Amino acid sequence: MPATPWMRHAMACAMLVAWTAAAWAEMPGDAGRGRVAVIGKGNCLACHHLPIPEEPDHGDIGPDLSTVGSRLGATELAARIVDPKTINPDTIMPSFFKTDLHRVAKDWQGQTILTRQDVADVVAYLLTLK
Amino acid sequence: MRAARTILAVLALVLAVRSPAWADPPFDPKDPAMAKYISGDKRSGYTFAEPETRAMQDDDFMNPAMLWVGKGETLWSTVEGSAGKSCASCHGKAEETMTTAGAHYPKYDAGERKVVNLEQRINLCRSQAMGAAEWKYESEPLLAMTTYVKMQSRGVPVSVVVDGPAAPWFDAGRRFYYERRGLNDVACAHCHVDHWGQHIRTELLSQGMTNGFPTYRLKWQKLGSLHRRMAGCNEEIRAEPYPLGSFEYVALELYLAWRAQGLLVETPSVRK
Ligand code: HEC
Ligand code: HEC
Repeated sequence: MPATPWMRHAMACAMLVAWTAAAWAEMPGDAGRGRVAVIGKGNCLACHHLPIPEEPDHGDIGPDLSTVGSRLGATELAARIVDPKTINPDTIMPSFFKTDLHRVAKDWQGQTILTRQDVADVVAYLLTLK
Repeated sequence: MRAARTILAVLALVLAVRSPAWADPPFDPKDPAMAKYISGDKRSGYTFAEPETRAMQDDDFMNPAMLWVGKGETLWSTVEGSAGKSCASCHGKAEETMTTAGAHYPKYDAGERKVVNLEQRINLCRSQAMGAAEWKYESEPLLAMTTYVKMQSRGVPVSVVVDGPAAPWFDAGRRFYYERRGLNDVACAHCHVDHWGQHIRTELLSQGMTNGFPTYRLKWQKLGSLHRRMAGCNEEIRAEPYPLGSFEYVALELYLAWRAQGLLVETPSVRK
């Protein structure tokens, strides 16, 4: 069967994601700093339950991440955090390392929610959750 | 026996996953007191509010928004402007002439050739019929008058015209509602269609219905317009808001009124 333009597009996207995510996964991260980032800058607790008992009021919009490290590897975690729309185009989850978004408030233009290092740190932290 | 236990376990799991939508704050879909605030699949923000917040709204003597309603009532018969008129000069008793306007705005105005909301209609009356200065958006008198007028429609189902000349506003409003924006890259619909009943931290997401606006927000310690709330939601997702009263927000208001159709006007509502 010849590949339709749509299929070619999908394959190209999948390859791009796989490649960038793999590159992300190779970046060394610090789990301790990642734990700080999921509370603060990333505000992952807004939507996810995490094993962070000192913080009250974990949200329940997304899945519980208490054991996510036994479910997903570094590549998948990185892809999910960098730009989750590549996995689910309809997701409510923010893209934590993406610019060129629509109508970003002036104070935030050109910035990303997490830095490159933050992403690596958060991945390292999530990998400890087994 | 094993089968029964498995079924129970599955049921518990289903309930655990499903429960956020129904478990809190004490809301029982079969409670007859709630029937007034539900229409088919649509649920007023009232059904998501804490019991104490609801109690404040239920009792006109406790509802802090009534301060603004009182001011609106005074302004209704206050003569202002070059024509020497008050609202009452043209409209008589608000209790008799304003019983549905609050349920039917925003509305296409043939003279203006655009869709206007209640605030803008009031200002048109001031500038054109009274020869008085327009009130600034979100100013005390405009909030007071809007709330006073809209309250006269309490209990009337929201019903707006979205076709004909209003169609471009409706379409623009719907587009806005589903368009991702801001650093958080989400649309209104992500929170209020896809995830209502779930929590962002402690915030219980409602369906974002507009039938109770203007609303007294405990967080604001003040009465506020729907456009202020829209701007607030936009700021929270780190999107550049639009000016209150802008084309974008009036269009969005029309779309939201359409979403709320069938729910009863409950102005002035009280929310967290
Ligand atoms: C506004 C809500 C929201 C925020 C904030 C959020 N997420 Fe998510 N997340 C979701 C939702 C909803 C899903 C479920 C899948 C989907 O929607 O695609 C999800 C899925 C995930 C998954 C996949 C879980 C699995 O079991 O497959 C991971 C990992 C994840 N999120 C990590 C994070 C991290 C790390 C952060 C913060 C840096 C974060 N999320 C912030 C809503 C959010
Ligand atoms: C990240 C989540 C999020 C997004 C996106 C969002 N909102 Fe909200 N909205 C909330 C929260 C939280 C509240 C307060 C609790 C509630 O009533 O849902 C709220 C409340 C509201 C209310 C008040 C409901 C009432 O009963 O008083 C309206 C109206 C509303 N939002 C409209 C919008 C519109 C229009 C947009 C898009 C411009 C939008 N929201 C985007 C989170 C969001």
